[in-house]
Amino acid sequence: MTSVIRALSALGKFWKDFLIGDAPELFAGTLVFVGAALVLHRHGYVAVIVLPLIVIMFLGGSVLRGRAKS
Amino acid sequence: MTTSTVVLALAVFGASAVEMVEALTIVAAAGVTRGWRSALEGTATAALVLAALVIAVGVPLARLVPINVLRVVIGALLLVLGLDWLRKAVLRASGHKALHDEDAIYAKTVAGLSDGPEAPSERGAAGSWRHGRRDATGFTVAFKGVFLEGMEVVLIVITLGASSGHLALAAAAAAAAAVVVCAVGYLVARQLSEVPENAMKLAVGVMLTSFGVFWVGEGSGLHWPGSDLMILVLVGVFAATAAVLSFVMRRLAPAREAMAAQSSPSS
Repeated sequence: MTSVIRALSALGKFWKDFLIGDAPELFAGTLVFVGAALVLHRHGYVAVIVLPLIVIMFLGGSVLRGRAKS
Repeated sequence: MTTSTVVLALAVFGASAVEMVEALTIVAAAGVTRGWRSALEGTATAALVLAALVIAVGVPLARLVPINVLRVVIGALLLVLGLDWLRKAVLRASGHKALHDEDAIYAKTVAGLSDGPEAPSERGAAGSWRHGRRDATGFTVAFKGVFLEGMEVVLIVITLGASSGHLALAAAAAAAAAVVVCAVGYLVARQLSEVPENAMKLAVGVMLTSFGVFWVGEGSGLHWPGSDLMILVLVGVFAATAAVLSFVMRRLAPAREAMAAQSSPSS
């Protein structure tokens, strides 16, 4: 039982580190991106321009946040 | 072979190569200090477990989950991973984060393993190989190193392979990376620090981010102009973004240095 709990806890830690790690803003940005894709998918070129811009905006913000921590 | 298939193979190969370099550093340290037999057995066991994971998780995913749901979920995972690699690569390239130093990691691992009470290095690592002795510490360290570094490779192989219907190709690209890194590692011995790891991480981060954006869009019903060719456009856009961010960040001193310069009486 203990080994099962330990394995589950290690799995949970792996996914937390993988998804959030030291840049929770990128996880939040991805959720915003997925939401925007689901809303904008019928808007053709608007989506094609806006979706990459969302990614660029969150990446830029995260890099600046990384600088503040450096 | 379509454009997206080529980019997919390159992305898996690059990502796997970066992770394999990190794993090889740990295996080499375990082999030198605790004996090669146990280190190689630990490596082989971890590789088998990882391959089993790809088959056990990847094949059912590709067959049972609706392709659009799979693409949104997997695209989101790729986006998280790709953006994290890009962020770290930009910060390292601009001097705001220390570069991944394989020499330092190797030295630290060797020092840690040599401190053990029953380190086979005391009787000679080559001796332990000749006498066929097994060393639990060497096995465990090599297994953990390969397994933990390999988990990201497994995720990339499964996500890229399952959502594109090219699981076998993705697995083959990862296996090719393992062979190339092992061969290079064997030829250059401990010169793993010479591998341009940050540049590779930046390139792979760009590709993973591009695939993530493309597949979340496709899965949510968006028709990208030019279909698969849009992946190349996205690669160009994110590569340019990373270059601009690195350039801008290089001109900005790390926050602590800037604060120190402001508070210094001589400035």
